[in-house]
Amino acid sequence: MADAARFRLADAPFDAAALRARLLDHRAGAFAAFEGWVRDHNEGKRVQGLRYEAYAELAEREGESVLAEALNRFAIVDAACVHRIGELALGEQAVWVGVAAPHRDAAFAACRWIIDEVKSRVPIWKHERYAEGDAHWLHPQS
Amino acid sequence: MSVTLDVLYFAALRDRAGIAGETVETSAADLATLYAEVHARHGLPFTQHQLRVAVDGDFADWRDAVCAGSTVAFIPPVSGG
Repeated sequence: MADAARFRLADAPFDAAALRARLLDHRAGAFAAFEGWVRDHNEGKRVQGLRYEAYAELAEREGESVLAEALNRFAIVDAACVHRIGELALGEQAVWVGVAAPHRDAAFAACRWIIDEVKSRVPIWKHERYAEGDAHWLHPQS
Repeated sequence: MSVTLDVLYFAALRDRAGIAGETVETSAADLATLYAEVHARHGLPFTQHQLRVAVDGDFADWRDAVCAGSTVAFIPPVSGG
């Protein structure tokens, strides 16, 4: 376990370059990152902005579990993820995943797996506001 | 025999209940029965099988017994990322 949490909720914009710098490691020959941004449309509606809410205690625990599982499943050196909460404007960074690995195949695969697991498991909810003036929570039914 | 515990609501559950949480006195034997009680009282917009349940910040099983003094959270389908 690293000296700090691998998964973190951020209630303000964060610096992806600083997150990347923390993953620098001489054992790694590859680094892959994913950024999720707030886009201006969803399911045919014009999005004006959104808000993320989390059950922080459980989200941090589940997020750490996802990253610990990734370290077991893939040949990687380390990984980290930060997810925004609170009000976000169009274009803002909503989530960041970074993976350092000896080789690129594992870096890409782990990065993809982590963002998919975070989206499906970690108790964070998105509330979208639309140009038409309405707003609602997204609760996708699996 | 009844116990007192705290219940947390998030996202659409909180909007419908009109509160982020409440202290509940219940005679429910398990978490599924507790959800049935609050579902009926607040007209919550999800059935039990659409949700997950957590106790004291850890995912739990619907068949788990309710514990006095615990904090129970009903987790609607998530939409992070």
